Amino acid sequence: MKKKKIDRRAFLKTLGVGAAATTAALYGCGPRNGGPASVTPGEVPADGMTFRTSSATGDRVSLLGYGCMRWPQLPSPADDGNPIDQQTVNTLVDYAIAHGVNYFDTAPVYLQGFSERATGIALKRHPRDSYFIATKMSNFSNPTRENSLAMYRQSFRELQVDHIDYYLLHSIGGGKGIETFNERFIDNGVLDFLLREREAGRIRNLGWSFHGSQEVFDHLLTMHDEGRARWDFVQIQMNYVDWRHASGRNVNAEYLYGELAKRDIPVVIMEPLLGGRLSRLNDYLVGRLKALRPTQSTASWAFRFAGSYPKVLTVLSGMTYMEHLQDNIRTYAPLEALTSAEFELLEDTAQVMLKYPTIPCTECQYCMPCPYGLNIPAIFAHYNKCVNEGNVPKDRQDPNYREARRAFLVGYDRSVPRLRQASHCIGCNQCVEHCPQSIDIPKQLHRIDSFVEQLKQNTL
Amino acid sequence: MLRKIRIALAILFFVPITLLFLDFTGTIHAWFGWMAKIQFLPAVLALNVGVVAGLLLLTLLFGRVYCSVVCPLGVMQDLVSWLSGRRRRHRNHFRYSPARTWLRWGVFLLFVVVMAAGLGSIGALIAPYSAYGRIVQSLLAPLWGWGNNLLAWAAERVDSYAFYSVDVWVKGLATLVVAIVTFVVIAVLAWRNGRTWCNTVCPVGTLLGLLSRFSLFKPRFDVAKCNGCKLCARNCKASCIDPEAHTIDYSRCVACMDCLEHCRQGAISYTWRRSEAAVTPNPAEKSGEAPADASRRRFLGVVGLMVGTALHAQEKKVDGGLALIEEKRIPKRATPLVPPGARSLRDFLTHCTACQLCVTVCPNRVLRPSGDLMRLMKPEMSYERGYCRPECTKCSEVCPTNAIHLTEFCEKSSIQIGHAVWIPENCVVNTDGVSCNNCERHCPVAAIRMVPRNPDDPQSPRIPTVDEARCIGCGACENLCPARPFSAIVVEGHEHHRTL
Repeated sequence: MKKKKIDRRAFLKTLGVGAAATTAALYGCGPRNGGPASVTPGEVPADGMTFRTSSATGDRVSLLGYGCMRWPQLPSPADDGNPIDQQTVNTLVDYAIAHGVNYFDTAPVYLQGFSERATGIALKRHPRDSYFIATKMSNFSNPTRENSLAMYRQSFRELQVDHIDYYLLHSIGGGKGIETFNERFIDNGVLDFLLREREAGRIRNLGWSFHGSQEVFDHLLTMHDEGRARWDFVQIQMNYVDWRHASGRNVNAEYLYGELAKRDIPVVIMEPLLGGRLSRLNDYLVGRLKALRPTQSTASWAFRFAGSYPKVLTVLSGMTYMEHLQDNIRTYAPLEALTSAEFELLEDTAQVMLKYPTIPCTECQYCMPCPYGLNIPAIFAHYNKCVNEGNVPKDRQDPNYREARRAFLVGYDRSVPRLRQASHCIGCNQCVEHCPQSIDIPKQLHRIDSFVEQLKQNTL
Repeated sequence: MLRKIRIALAILFFVPITLLFLDFTGTIHAWFGWMAKIQFLPAVLALNVGVVAGLLLLTLLFGRVYCSVVCPLGVMQDLVSWLSGRRRRHRNHFRYSPARTWLRWGVFLLFVVVMAAGLGSIGALIAPYSAYGRIVQSLLAPLWGWGNNLLAWAAERVDSYAFYSVDVWVKGLATLVVAIVTFVVIAVLAWRNGRTWCNTVCPVGTLLGLLSRFSLFKPRFDVAKCNGCKLCARNCKASCIDPEAHTIDYSRCVACMDCLEHCRQGAISYTWRRSEAAVTPNPAEKSGEAPADASRRRFLGVVGLMVGTALHAQEKKVDGGLALIEEKRIPKRATPLVPPGARSLRDFLTHCTACQLCVTVCPNRVLRPSGDLMRLMKPEMSYERGYCRPECTKCSEVCPTNAIHLTEFCEKSSIQIGHAVWIPENCVVNTDGVSCNNCERHCPVAAIRMVPRNPDDPQSPRIPTVDEARCIGCGACENLCPARPFSAIVVEGHEHHRTL
């Protein structure tokens, strides 16, 4: 399966197959309402969901978890600034619960602070014992005890609940590592408080989500080993790229998962699609996957990868559209675990991806707003799109240089207004600490800017 | 037949020249750029002896066919006058009027004096080609731009890169007002009396009229065939046929061949054969109604327009979730900036006829017509919307008068048109306390160097310094400076451009 070099003829051939297959697949996964009663490949089974049982509490959790960071938004925010389209959220939540999804993950900071309320409103319409709710302590900017406790209590009000099933220390490992962790949870006694809340039953599972340096990860597991804090679950970033090729300061998921599995701590997966990047592969890679499973989406491979590890409790997906929800339900109802050949193929896919210089941005918007007006995620998204579509020429002698140049430059002006483009990055570095993927944002922006400059001047 | 040939040729010139002022992609220029260069006044300003001699010879041979075919302003008037004649009971609506020779030559002499005195922008007000350029650039180009943006919008929907959208903005208020006034005045004159403007005001018309009296080919009467129906005079848009005396004022005849076509007796023919009597018509006695009328309209037009445009100032789009971006404002420059290839401010101003061709094609939104009285409507540069990019020499490629002229591409980045000046109180390093080197990073000639603010402390925040000897004044630093509304680094123009 491992091909190190692909000649152009083979590449173009695969590309053609890939394009055809993509088209076929797109036709195959449109929304179904009132279609024929016979079983079609695209049908969404209502009772096939794979469940996992938590070793900590015995909770029976659906393998597909709902990430509430990317709820559908209104064309313009409501008067109180709420950007969320509540009606569509209700529809999505009803559909998800009807198809077995029972884990909903939100946080006080998501969607400009409105995600918890929207999630609470949608879930309130269902029996409390039909779902698990997860939210977080997002005390990054103000780690005082008062502020942290106020944030904790606010979550109960916003979600309209008297207990929280899964409570996470949000994004451990960022900032200055252990120092920041101590500042946020130890020195102010917030962790002790939360442990007592768990004893009181208002928190049923206590855990943390992790982005950043291995030192902090090991530190928290040592706390677990020494009995200073028992973790009921841990949330990590895991997908077939991060498994062995984590970018920036991130740690390979193979290590993270291994350490947790060793201790029998249930693992919650975030970024199974790398912010959607694993559903938008380049044409060659899509073609390879489609050749094996023509009717299944590119994204389904990434979900099957995450779900194939037995200690995984649930895999979170921030599903904005009904079609994504349906596609993911199909993938996990029931889960068809990857074969070893398929694991190998995905590892190879990751390796090929690394050769394409995409930027590991997940469009989480944490870096925004940039004080100098740049639209950072849009710049990265345009660049990655062009990389994947083969519109980032290496050289003026490239056969498609003229078309690629035009597509890159015209598309750039279309997707990012000129005043928000990379040329306006002054390198003040204010965004860097906010990026959970540890992208050196100014450096990447400057790289894109000088590429654009070469394209414009025809000096590539 | 001759008339049809004239009309066909006129369209062949008129459409491409109009497109020159609309097309922002440069495609039309590659094919039809020469049509701007054979215009009479631009050729004179460019000291293009060949073209000027050719046009004079053409007139000596065939009369003022230049005015009927090559000059876009003349063809525009024919178009207006033709539309006017299509109205019911307005067919055959012209009549003979005596020449206003004193007015023609008065205007002509004034024009020459003004040009010689270096007040080119005043002269440019009545220069036919540049007047047409301003009309198209100011009035038609925005519509063209919006049409293009609509196509770009549609192309985006179907993932095509065939069209891209462009900015449509008021480049110069004064020029817009002048263009509208010029258009209204000329259109009204043409609507009522055909070629009045060409035969009273236009300096090119006056000069060519002098030669066309002696041209070899001209429309001539065969008095024996004439039945005195006066159809020829009533169809003469130049009002130069006196049917009673059977004379034609050849200084005003633009060789449009309309009279030939309308004469049912075949009494007029376009030939080199000398006829018997060619009496010069008596000079005009009546004066002034049309100009007075025009000036009143001009005044009303100016007032109306100023109000209109003030209301339609550019509005800014605001996106949600993103930081607001304040619009940049134009800084005061002691010396105006003109493009590389202009050699010097004085040289530039003597050659430029303010036709706006360069303003139309500037893809970086740098060039715009000046509002300054001495340089009215002539282009100047400013860097709020873009900067003079190293790979672009569009303005020098299109300039018909050689006011902007580069002999080769690489010349451009070695010409110093100005130099950058740092303004400490605007710099974000001082105002926001952040580090920034956007000006240094984008300088194409490495003229900006960051140095510690405090010379004794190498760790202190770094501020930009400009090596005036290296700076070429392209404005990359000024345009990309994060300070708003006024940039913290501003380019000052040089009176004389230097080659580094």
